[in-house]
Amino acid sequence: MTTRIVELRRGILKKNDELAAELRARYVAAGVLVLNLVSSPGTGKTAFLERTMRELKARGARVAALVGDLETDNDARRLASSGAPVRQINTHGICHLDAEMIGKHLEDWPGVELNQLDYLFIENVGNLVCPSSYDLGERIRVALLSVTEGEDKPLKYPTLFNSADAAVITKIDIAGPCDFDREAALKNINEIRPGIRIFETSAKTGAGMEEWLAYLATARATQG
Amino acid sequence: MHELSIVTSIVETVTESLADYPGARVKEVRLRVGALASVIPESLDFCYGIAAEGTPLEGSKLVVDVLPVVVHCEPCGLDVELDGVQSFRCPRCGTPSHDLRQGRELEIDSFEIDEIDEAKEKK
Repeated sequence: MTTRIVELRRGILKKNDELAAELRARYVAAGVLVLNLVSSPGTGKTAFLERTMRELKARGARVAALVGDLETDNDARRLASSGAPVRQINTHGICHLDAEMIGKHLEDWPGVELNQLDYLFIENVGNLVCPSSYDLGERIRVALLSVTEGEDKPLKYPTLFNSADAAVITKIDIAGPCDFDREAALKNINEIRPGIRIFETSAKTGAGMEEWLAYLATARATQG
Repeated sequence: MHELSIVTSIVETVTESLADYPGARVKEVRLRVGALASVIPESLDFCYGIAAEGTPLEGSKLVVDVLPVVVHCEPCGLDVELDGVQSFRCPRCGTPSHDLRQGRELEIDSFEIDEIDEAKEKK
């Protein structure tokens, strides 16, 4: 018997990273801005996305969404009410979306061609841990946090917040009753991800939406 | 909890590489995991035992080297190591930095095997 050490130096998620890179190239070639929305369950991703998609459609933009969910298609049905194409991805217990699932659901999507879209939103499974490891080829990763969740969420989940390109605080219309400490939340987000754009929004009242939509338009215009 | 899919990928990758070393048994697999990789070494270890069962990796040890976060500090002109993942500021001058140079790694560094000696094999 001889003992030998074999050097490998191989990324464990290499397969996902390669698929994500292919997807990213496809998105850019098609001229579609792709966003990956990540938050805890109950943050209000769906309500926020519903409002975003409705407002973008009203401005003449072509939008679509892929929606990850462990079991149901409730969120997809809610989003479809905007009239935009929405496709459900049931992960059946898997805690995150990966690049392979996205690639598969982009194929044969009835009536949807990437190059006919301006924006594609990917609503990830409600989870603040696992989705942060899986690149979906998105241009913008959005970390969402609601005023009901506690200002220290960014400190508790630094991986996600550090890897995000934009942060969205949701439900600010009920910040008062929730005793939401705005300054602490902004400070914590900045401590984990210095310089990140932060949007304070309410899907209910529309607060903060103008700023968010302007950010999307700029990001789309400067892509690729 | 995506640790099981991570260890499954480790077992698959190492098993593939073993094709070059017929009959070898794996003693140890060494990982490089960044402090921001969002995997828990204890959970990896727990899942590893299950994923390795019935493979040439069964009974081997998983060694996790945790790599601290390193950011580039513009004013200092240096890559600096952070104490933890609660504040992304240069420990020397306090300037915030998002220029990450290390900390998201999730990779198999190497593995150790017991090879069957060729002489013995020929008998």
